[in-house]
Amino acid sequence: MSDNLLTLTSVSKVFHTPSGELRAVDNVSFDVREGECLAIVGESGSGKSTLANMVLGIYAPSEGDIRYRGVALPARRELKHRRAIQLVQQNPMSSLNPRRSIGASLRLALDVHGIGEKSKRWQRVGELLEEVGLPGDYRSRSPAALSGGQRQRVAIARALACQSDLVVLDEPTSALDVLVQARVLKLLNELRASRGLTYIFITHDLSVVRNIAERVAVFEAGKLVELNPTEKIFVDPDHPYTRRLIAAVPVVTKEEEELRARLAKTTHEQP
Amino acid sequence: MSAPTLRIKDLRLGFQGWSGTVEVLHGISMHIRKGERVALVGESGSGKSVTARIVLGLLQQLRSARVSGLVEFEGRDLEKLKARERSRLRGTAMSMIFQDPTSSLNPVYTIGVQFHEVLRRRHPDIRMPQAREMAIKALQDVAIPDPARALDSYSFQLSGGMNQRVMIAMALANEPSLLLADEPGTALDVTVQAQTLKLMRDLVEEHHTSVLFISHNLGVVREFADRVYVIYKGRIVEHGPAEGLFEDPRHPYTQALMRAVPRLTGGGIPEIDDVSQDYFAPLVVHEGCGEPEAVS
Repeated sequence: MSDNLLTLTSVSKVFHTPSGELRAVDNVSFDVREGECLAIVGESGSGKSTLANMVLGIYAPSEGDIRYRGVALPARRELKHRRAIQLVQQNPMSSLNPRRSIGASLRLALDVHGIGEKSKRWQRVGELLEEVGLPGDYRSRSPAALSGGQRQRVAIARALACQSDLVVLDEPTSALDVLVQARVLKLLNELRASRGLTYIFITHDLSVVRNIAERVAVFEAGKLVELNPTEKIFVDPDHPYTRRLIAAVPVVTKEEEELRARLAKTTHEQP
Repeated sequence: MSAPTLRIKDLRLGFQGWSGTVEVLHGISMHIRKGERVALVGESGSGKSVTARIVLGLLQQLRSARVSGLVEFEGRDLEKLKARERSRLRGTAMSMIFQDPTSSLNPVYTIGVQFHEVLRRRHPDIRMPQAREMAIKALQDVAIPDPARALDSYSFQLSGGMNQRVMIAMALANEPSLLLADEPGTALDVTVQAQTLKLMRDLVEEHHTSVLFISHNLGVVREFADRVYVIYKGRIVEHGPAEGLFEDPRHPYTQALMRAVPRLTGGGIPEIDDVSQDYFAPLVVHEGCGEPEAVS
């Protein structure tokens, strides 16, 4: 039990809309293990972002509870929980304040959580930037002066600044070019190893999932339809929806095409 | 042999700034024959989208833009056309699909009103009821389940996938001979993207529409295009048939791009070398893929 960082038990989120109740997340239970990368995949509207928002404490679950290291998280999070669970968003251009230097954005995270001595924080900001592969003197630059990949590195540095142990990555590379994406993914992998981080990796890019996640949770219309080790998901998935998702991935080689075709074929056999 | 639908020769583009001119395109040449689907692949900032904008004639209106080179549409030099003639081509003979469908539709008008506007480009006297009939047919073609309801909706009431289908229907409604599609699937989910691309593929095949497909997603390009140009920092670096180019990428840059794509079959996060000077190696053209000479 002790190696579960996060435990979700029968978690639901219900939104009340003019056209009735919408169960965005419907009775979902799973664990996030310490040190793993758990991918959450599904189409838009499948509830993956709502789920992330509940993990982060932006939404309170309508039903069920979320436990962090065995302790139930309250609807209104304390500072220490907010510090432990951090977020990297899809679009760093909109998640970084354009009017603030990136150093000031990072420093704010340190100030809010009271990390380190005040006089050393600015220096710490430089170290954080170096840790994500940027020169420390980029501190005084504005986000507009950085490329997309560099900005995403800043967003990652900000999540690290709080010495968090769980990072929710919401489509962290889908706005990036392939060459940049590969570098950012590699950085994420290195940081996970060196800092013992745990990732919840939300994405719809299954090719990325295959290469970074240990386990994959597949969501369809608010329900968790399959949670299995990555190997199993891509070789012999249990749920037809998982097969459909994999069959829709655009691929670049013949081998991948064969894999896709093999999975799609089994869909027809078991309706 | 008739003239290709689109022929670009030695196209150069620079932007005049405070500190001199920034060269964006360094003389690119490409062509699209009738009914052919041609992709232009590259990273952001490589000059893909500006190429499409030059073809449409939108960039030339910018004061700071310096454009030179030849852009021929169905054998006519676009630069020699008057502004009005050029404007008349847009939305009729050539049309464009943008990356983000929701922001390319006007949120204060219903889809029906906007569709009417599109159809008026080609049939200036068309009335609403008749336009509605045509729009319903066009929306059926892109597999929108309840076209009448979609026409009465606003863009924000429809999902991203639906909006993109509406955009495709609008772009093809006037039966253009050239369709410029700028990252048409990027804003969509994988399953919706796959459906949308298939739809587009079927429709352009049916109408023999030529397509310039702009994307940074190699997988999508491989599924959609017949022929591929790879562009790097304003230079075309490789040109070949989609099949051959993905099987056997020959230019160092294309090879790096291919290596960087995570594989569905596994193998880990690819190792990426630093940007290499080799990326500037000269253009590699696959067999049987040269640029045509001018047809006089």
